[in-house]
Amino acid sequence: MSSNTEATPYCEDVVKKFVLAATFWGVVGFLAGDFIAWQLAFPVLNLDLEWTTFGRLRPVHTSAVIFAFGGNILFSTSLYVVQRTSRASLFGGSGLGNVIFWNFQALIVVAALTYVLGFSQGQEYAEPEWWIDLWLTVIWVLYLIAFAGTIMKRKEPHIYVANWFFFSMILTVAMLHLGNNLAVPAALFGGDFMKSYNIFGGVQNAMTQWWYGHNAVGFFLTAGFLGIMYYFVPKRAERPVYSYRLSIVHFWALIFLYIWAGPHHLHYTALPDWAQTLGMTFSIMLWMPSWGGMINGLMTLSGAWDKLRTDPVMRFLVSSVAFYGMSTFEGPMMSIKAVNSLSHYTDWTVGHVHSGALGWVAFVSFGALYYLVPKLWGRKELYSLKLVGVHFWVATVGIVLYITAMWISGIMQGLMWRAYDNLGFLQYSFIETVEAMHPYYVIRAMGGLLFVLGALVMVYNFYKTIKGDVADEVMQPSTAGAR
Amino acid sequence: MLETLVNEVLRPLWGLWLMVLFLGIVFWAYRPKNKDRFESYGDIPLRDDEDKER
Repeated sequence: MSSNTEATPYCEDVVKKFVLAATFWGVVGFLAGDFIAWQLAFPVLNLDLEWTTFGRLRPVHTSAVIFAFGGNILFSTSLYVVQRTSRASLFGGSGLGNVIFWNFQALIVVAALTYVLGFSQGQEYAEPEWWIDLWLTVIWVLYLIAFAGTIMKRKEPHIYVANWFFFSMILTVAMLHLGNNLAVPAALFGGDFMKSYNIFGGVQNAMTQWWYGHNAVGFFLTAGFLGIMYYFVPKRAERPVYSYRLSIVHFWALIFLYIWAGPHHLHYTALPDWAQTLGMTFSIMLWMPSWGGMINGLMTLSGAWDKLRTDPVMRFLVSSVAFYGMSTFEGPMMSIKAVNSLSHYTDWTVGHVHSGALGWVAFVSFGALYYLVPKLWGRKELYSLKLVGVHFWVATVGIVLYITAMWISGIMQGLMWRAYDNLGFLQYSFIETVEAMHPYYVIRAMGGLLFVLGALVMVYNFYKTIKGDVADEVMQPSTAGAR
Repeated sequence: MLETLVNEVLRPLWGLWLMVLFLGIVFWAYRPKNKDRFESYGDIPLRDDEDKER
C-alpha cells in the first residue's frame, strides 16, 4: 500500500467555524434544557410570559441540541473526515462551505425565534413552518453536493466506512425531512403566511411523524455519530478499527432495520396492530447491529486499554460507545408492547432518550471536539487534559443523576397510573403522580446543571487551547510520540 | 404475466428478498478471500496525516 502524503491542502477554515458553532449551540441547548427541567420542578419559572412557557421553550431545547449542536457537529466532523479519508480538499471549497455554514446558523436563529413567538407545525422535531423547511432543503442539498463531490474527487480508491455512515445520514435525512414536512401553506388560499397544514391527517400523520421521528434518531443521531466513532476512535487510539468486515455488516444491518422501527412510538393507538408488531419486531432485531457496532468500537481499544486511564479524550469516546450499547439495549426492550404499556408517556422515555443523547451523542461529540480543536488550530495538545478529565466526571455524574431519577420517576409514574384499588377504581389521581415525581424532577435538573457546567469547562479549555496556552501539568498525553 | 409474478409471488415475500440480499452482503464481507483486502481498509484514517512519517 503506497502511503499517500501528497494530498492537497484540506479546507479547514469551514470545519473550524462549525466546531465553534457546535460548541456555542451545545451550551445554549444544554442551558435551555436545564431551564425547562427546572420549570417542570418549579412551574413559577414559566415567568408568566407566553414566550417562556415550557411548550415554547421545549422545541427550542430539542432543536438546539439535536439540530444546532448535533447538526454543527455532523457538519464539522463529516466535512473534516471526508476530506482526510478521501485525500481530497472540500468540493466547492470554502466558498460553498461558508454558504452552508452561514445559512445554517441563520436558519437556527430564525427557527428558534418562530418557536418562541408561538409558531409551530406541530410535528415533533420538525416544528419549523413550511418556508423554513424549504430553506433547510436548499442548505441540505448544498451539503450533499459538498460531501458527495469530495468523495467523487477522492484519491483514495476505497470509501472509508465512516463516510458510508455520513452519506447514509445525509440521504436519509433528506428523505425524512421531505416526507414529514409535506404541507400546504395556508397562504396559497389567502391564509396566514406562518401557517400550513400537513397533507396527512389522523393516524397517517402520526405514522409519518414517527417514521420521521425515529429515523431522525436512527440516521441523524446514530448513523451520523457512528461515522464519528469509526474515524475518531481509531485516530485517538492510533490503531485501526477492530474489524473492518464487521463494520460493513454493521452498516448494512443498521440500514436494513432502522427504517422500520418507527411504529413502536404508536403502540396501543389507532395504528393497525400488524404495523405495531412490525415496528416492535424490527426494533428488537436492532439489538444485533447496535451491539455489533458497540463491540467494534470498544474492541478497537484492545491492547491499548491503558489509554482509558491516561487519556481523558479516549475516555469520552469509549464511554460514549458504552452508553450507546446501554441505550440501544434499553430501547428495543422498551419497544416490546408489554414493557411499552408501562413505559409509554412516562419519564422513563425521557430518561432513555437522554442516556442516548447525553451519554452517546454528546460524549462522542465531546471526544471528537477535543480531538479536533488542537488539530485544527495547530496545537500539539489541548490546553489541559486534566480539565478534560474534570469535564468527563462532572458530566458523567450529571448523566447518572439524570437517568436514574427518570427511571425511578417514570416507572413510579407508570405504576401509579395503572394501580387499582380493591373496588376497581383508579387508586391515584393524576395530580398525585405529579406530586410524587417532584423530588426526581429536582434531581434531574441538578444532573442537567452538572452537564452544563462540564460543557463550560470544555469551552474554557478550548478558549485557552486556541489562544495557544499550555497548562503546567505532569500528565503527558499518551498520544504524543506513540508508536 | 409479469405483473402477476411481481404482485403475487415477489411482493408478498419482500422480507425474504431483503433478507437474502443482506445475507449476501454478510457472505461477501466475511468471505475469506476478501479478508486481507477489507481489513487493510481499516488503515485509511491512520494514513491521512501530512505531519506523520508513515
